[in-house]
Amino acid sequence: MRFVYAFAAWLPRALLVLVAIGLLNFFLIRLAPGDPASVLAGETGASDARYIEEIRKSYGLDQPLWLQAATYLRNLATFDLGVSYRMQRDVADIIGERIPATLLLTSTALVLAIIIGTLLGIQAARRAGTWQDTVISAFAMLCYATPVFWVGLLLVLLLSVHAGILPPFGMSGLIPKSGFAAVLDALHHLVLPVMTLALFYFAVYVRLGRSATVEVLGRDFVRSARAKGLSERQVLRRHVLRNSVIPVVTMAGLQVGQLLGGAVIVESVFAWPGIGRLAFDALMQRDYNLILGIFFVSSIMVVLANLITDLAVRSIDPRVGRS
Amino acid sequence: MKSLMSFALAIFMGMASLAMAEEAPRRGGTLQSVLWPEPPGIMTGIYTQSSALLPTTKIFESLLTYDFNLNPHPNLAESWEISPDGLKYTFKLRENVRWHDGEAFTADDVVFTYGDYLIEVHPRARAVFERAQVSKLDDHTVVFELKEPFAPLIRSFDLCCLIVPEHLYKGTDFRKNPNNLAPIGTGPFKFDEWKRGEYIHLARNDDYWRDGLPYLDDIYYRFVPDAASRALALETGQMHIATQNDLELFDVDRLSKLPHLDVTTKGWEWGSPIVWIEMNLRKEPFSDKRFRQAMMYALDQNYFRDVIFQGYAKVATGPVHSASPFYEPDVPAYRQDLKKAEALLDEMGLKPDADGKRTTIKLLGLPYGEMWNRSAEYTRQALRKVGIEVILEPSDPAGWATRTRNWDFEMTMYFLTTMGDPALGVSRTFLSDNRKQGVLFTNHAGYANPEVDALFNKAAVSVDEEERKQLYSQVQKILVDDAAVLWLVELVWPTVYNKKLHNVVTGASGPNSSFADAWLAE
Repeated sequence: MRFVYAFAAWLPRALLVLVAIGLLNFFLIRLAPGDPASVLAGETGASDARYIEEIRKSYGLDQPLWLQAATYLRNLATFDLGVSYRMQRDVADIIGERIPATLLLTSTALVLAIIIGTLLGIQAARRAGTWQDTVISAFAMLCYATPVFWVGLLLVLLLSVHAGILPPFGMSGLIPKSGFAAVLDALHHLVLPVMTLALFYFAVYVRLGRSATVEVLGRDFVRSARAKGLSERQVLRRHVLRNSVIPVVTMAGLQVGQLLGGAVIVESVFAWPGIGRLAFDALMQRDYNLILGIFFVSSIMVVLANLITDLAVRSIDPRVGRS
Repeated sequence: MKSLMSFALAIFMGMASLAMAEEAPRRGGTLQSVLWPEPPGIMTGIYTQSSALLPTTKIFESLLTYDFNLNPHPNLAESWEISPDGLKYTFKLRENVRWHDGEAFTADDVVFTYGDYLIEVHPRARAVFERAQVSKLDDHTVVFELKEPFAPLIRSFDLCCLIVPEHLYKGTDFRKNPNNLAPIGTGPFKFDEWKRGEYIHLARNDDYWRDGLPYLDDIYYRFVPDAASRALALETGQMHIATQNDLELFDVDRLSKLPHLDVTTKGWEWGSPIVWIEMNLRKEPFSDKRFRQAMMYALDQNYFRDVIFQGYAKVATGPVHSASPFYEPDVPAYRQDLKKAEALLDEMGLKPDADGKRTTIKLLGLPYGEMWNRSAEYTRQALRKVGIEVILEPSDPAGWATRTRNWDFEMTMYFLTTMGDPALGVSRTFLSDNRKQGVLFTNHAGYANPEVDALFNKAAVSVDEEERKQLYSQVQKILVDDAAVLWLVELVWPTVYNKKLHNVVTGASGPNSSFADAWLAE
């Protein structure tokens, strides 16, 4: 019942946030100099005023801004994201094609990073001040401080160019396969980009896991648990872990919201057909409908992720939200 | 001795047959080509971005093709005739050509393409073909009739203007026609699949009109967004070819030394791009010719060629590209001479202040990557040496285009394709009646010189090639003396390809040719 109340309170707020984000994005993108007509004319080398006017008219860009905004909101209410100016295709279709690749990459990387990072962070906290702590913390710091594009290229050099064991880019082989072979092929191609992205996320969770565990290990209830005669393993599992994962869950929730935003750099380095690169290109080309569509889908994801995180934290720690 | 002779002969024969085997084109094989950026679409005429051209030109074909000297050769037109007054162009079309859907290619397709389709969707083609009335004499003969002569017409039948199927497009909304997603052409390769974000796949056209061609089974155009990854893909042999801006020039030099790769700079003669800085002549001090000349003397064009463009460029001497038959080498030269530059600035009364600064101007750089950032940065450093302080203005492609076409700049750097004939690609920057605010690649600077106008206009309608050369020679001398823009370098785009790949660049369209003759060795 508690969760139902939480959801009922969340829904109107979420809708309001989505409308506000939609409107803000609409006006922000139009503040940037240039419009789709400028970009298309630039790309085609067109020296023809008629061409620019035709583009503007056919996309409704010649109408007053308030009217364009009203049309945009009306369409949004029916989940009509419009047509991409450049590609002449439905924005929903374009986004739908790219979302699976992005989700596969970012969620695999995030899950690996959360599990390995948090466990190593807890281990570092348990052995705080020892060589194990130093090695884990230093490695995490190194991963965090190293630029993602550089790690990506280095891994390609090592594992693709020199060792020749992993493909350097793409989501499928040079000659595309079908059926189960295609799934295996995609997994094979997934390894390098996931490693690159996971190394970055991993560092965050090592730091979080370590600091949260160090803090919890010093709390009175842990001392009491030990005084009761519980084994170190029991203390850790029953008392420490449950408390130290709260910041981890909160951070994971925030990052899940960003999953759909994609990983622009990793997607670029590995030619991964995700949505991050699509968003970047759409922004550069002022493809208003496409960029607004991506922002809208991302904002839904963020709002949903916040709800799920909130519910998860309530379930781990019943004190949250009781007031 | 006899056995030794036989052994030597056997080795010689073996080597000879090996060499012959290497030379003979092989049927089969899959070409893997880099393509970046991913084009929004590949329907000819509608999507004319440079990356769209690579696949488009394999699917669709033109009436004519052009060799490295821009001379026309038969393609879908097997012969042509130009009337002596230059007003009538008659093309005899091939009879054994079929569209990829099996329909016959006829004069109706050509009349529709030049009379309706391109006029509506393609602004550059419109500027040329609006001058002509296209009609059909019979199923395989078409006539282009002009009101006044326009000599560049014969050089206008290539990349921009490929033939589209009338039976699929006539009476439809061209931009929304469903065939745009799976285009039907007459070319050596058929569209097969577009996996968004990954690749475009073209398959061999088994009914191609040139018997036995193409050699290749299929072509994959792979989208690789990162420049370093594109270089690695060529290095590892995963990709066979990359061209134009696919690679950073500092990578090209390294790749060219690898034993399995070759580099050619040929194949861009039709585009013939020149890099320059355009100045807003409506503003002080750019309106003073001496200031423009002083900047030309302050800049070292060799530095652009050797350091910034890593040798993949040629010093530009004026508005016409050196690959053009109308190029005039005998123009005033601006070798770097700081003393001359300072003397000109002194003469203008622009004296240096206590910090050595004479004036401050702004440069809108081209946001196309590292080479362009370096070009802008070097310009700033070079002009500072003569007391001209340059503020660099950053932008993105949309911002650059909007500011340039609206004349909202002091200096703007970019490159422009000069398109084989000065009437097509050069005069547009200097004709006073082409000062069209809001329209990109027109006379943004506001240059106006009645003598230049008269020479350009006369040359465009002359049918006498020698007279045209003479007129363009005069106009080049005037423009260079005027320093109408700051000419820097002619761009030389490298095509890097695997040595297994043959017949890559065979004419002025370079990698944008049909690849019917291209073949891959084992």
